[in-house]
Amino acid sequence: MNRLLPRALMAPAVVTLFLWMIVPLVMTIYFSVVRYNLMQPGPKDFLGLANFEYFVTDPDFGPSVLNTLMLLGSVIAITVILGVALALLVNESFPGRGIVRVLLISPFFVMPTANALLWKHMMMNPVYGVLAQVAIFFGSTPVDWLTDHPLFSVILMVAWQWLPFACLIFITSLQSLDRDQMEAAGMDGANALQKFWFLTLPHLGRPIAVGVMIEMIFLMSVFAEIFTTTGGGPGNESTNVAFLIFKQALMNFDVGVASAGALFAVVLANIAAVFLIRMIGKNLD
Amino acid sequence: MKHLALIVRTLAAWSITLLIVFPLIWLVITAFKTEQQAIAIPPQLFFTPTMESFHEVDERSDYFLFAKNSVITSVVSTLLGLLIAAPAAYSMAFFRTKRTRDILMWMLSTKMMPAVGALVPIYVMAQTAGLLDSLTALIIVFTLSNLPIMVWMLYSGFKDIPPDILEAARMDGASIWGEFLHVIRPLAMGTLASTGLLCLVLSWNEAFWSLNLSSAKAGTLATLIASYSSPEGLFWAKLSAASLMAIAPIVVVGWFSQKQLVQGLTFGAVK
Repeated sequence: MNRLLPRALMAPAVVTLFLWMIVPLVMTIYFSVVRYNLMQPGPKDFLGLANFEYFVTDPDFGPSVLNTLMLLGSVIAITVILGVALALLVNESFPGRGIVRVLLISPFFVMPTANALLWKHMMMNPVYGVLAQVAIFFGSTPVDWLTDHPLFSVILMVAWQWLPFACLIFITSLQSLDRDQMEAAGMDGANALQKFWFLTLPHLGRPIAVGVMIEMIFLMSVFAEIFTTTGGGPGNESTNVAFLIFKQALMNFDVGVASAGALFAVVLANIAAVFLIRMIGKNLD
Repeated sequence: MKHLALIVRTLAAWSITLLIVFPLIWLVITAFKTEQQAIAIPPQLFFTPTMESFHEVDERSDYFLFAKNSVITSVVSTLLGLLIAAPAAYSMAFFRTKRTRDILMWMLSTKMMPAVGALVPIYVMAQTAGLLDSLTALIIVFTLSNLPIMVWMLYSGFKDIPPDILEAARMDGASIWGEFLHVIRPLAMGTLASTGLLCLVLSWNEAFWSLNLSSAKAGTLATLIASYSSPEGLFWAKLSAASLMAIAPIVVVGWFSQKQLVQGLTFGAVK
C-alpha cells in the first residue's frame, strides 16, 4: 500500500502532462510528412520531406528566422543590461523604494494584447501619439514607428513587458549578496566599479543565465504583440517564426507545412532548454 | 557626500521608474477622458474626468461576457491545476524515490516546448472535437500549460515542511488522508495560495491560445482588447477604459505575488 499510494497520487499529473507532451508532438511529426490542407479535403498522401522543403524555401522563411533572432537578441540585451542597472539602483534604500519597486514590476502584469495596443495607438500613432508629440515639441519630425520601424516597435513593446521580470530576478538575487564581503572589499580600497566587476557581477552570473534562457523560451513564441499591431508586416518585416507558422496554419490552412515549421521551432527552443534544465537540475539537491 | 549620493539615487530611481511606467499612467489618464480629449493636440493633462468611456465599452462590445469568460477560465484552470498538482507534489516531497528528481526535471522540460510548436495539433484536435471557441478548450490548455509550474512550486513549498512533524503524526496513527488534512494542509496553505495566485495571473494574461482558439463566444479579455486593433476609427478613451478594467485587478494581484513570480517562473533557480 505504501508504495502504491504515492504513485497513485502522482499519476494524474504525470499522465496528463505526458499526453500533453506526446500527443501534439506525434501529431506534429505525422502532419509534417503528409499532404494536409484544412480547405482541401482528401487523402493525406505521404510527402516525405516536401513540407519541410516548402517551409524552408518560402521567401518569408529567411527573414522570419532573422527577425526571431533579432527580437530575441535585442530584447534579451535590453532587459538584462537595463535590468541589472535598475536592480542595482533600487537595491539600496531611498525614500519611496517600496513604491518604486511595485511600480517597476507593473508592466509585466499587463496582458500582451493591451500592452501592444497601448503602444500602437497611444504611444506610437504618428499624429496623435505621445512619441509624435514629444518629437514635435523638440522640433523634429514625428516617426511612423509601426510602418517605418515595425520590428523595432515590436522589440520595444516586448522589452517593456520583460524588463520588469529581469529586474525582479536581479533584485531577488541581489538580496542574497554577501554584505560583509562588500564592506571588506570597500575597506581594502576597492572602488565601486571594482566591487561591481569582481563581486556583484559574478554573483549575478547565474540569475542572468537563468533569465536569458527563460526569456529565450518565452520570446520564441512572441505572437500577440505582432498579431495585434503589425500583422507581421509591412511585407514580412516583423514576421517571426511563430507568426509564420500561424499564417501557414490558420490563414493558408496548410497544416502540413505549418507542422514542419513547428518542429523547426521546437528544435530551436530545445537548444536553450537543455542548458536551462541542466542548471536547474544542479540546483535541485 | 553621502547625502548627495542619496539625493541623486532617489531622483534617478524615481524619474526612471516614472518614465518606464509612463505608458500605464497615460492609459489610466486616457480612460477618464472623452474621445475628443484623448486625441487632442497638444495632449491634455488637465481636464474634467468622465466615466463616459467605461459606460460605452459595454455598448460597443459585450464587455461583461468577455470578463466572465476570463474569470471562469482562469479560476477553473487554477483550481483544476491545484487539484492535479497538489497530490503529485505531495507525493514527491514526502515519498521521495530515486526517480523523483527525474520526474520533476521531465515535467519542467514539458514547459520548455514553445506554444507555437503545439498550435497545429491542438487546433486540429479542438476543431475535430467541436471545441473551437469553447471555454472547455481554453480551460484544458491553460491548466496543462501551467501544470509544470504548479507542481514545481508546490513541491518546493511542501519540501520545507519539517518531516519530523509528519513522523509524529504517523506515530500517533494518523492515516495518510488525516495527515494531509490536519498536518500538511494548514502548513501548506501559504504555498497553495501563492501558487494559485501566480497561475491566476498567467491564465488571465494568456494571449497565444485565447487568440487562436477562441473568438466571439469564449473569448477572454485578452481577445476583446485585441479587437480594438482595427483602424476603423479613433476610440482611445474606450480602448483605455477597456484595458484598464482588464488589467487593473490582475496588476494588483500581481503586486502581491512578486516573490512567487520569480520563484515560479525560474523554477527555483533564483533565490
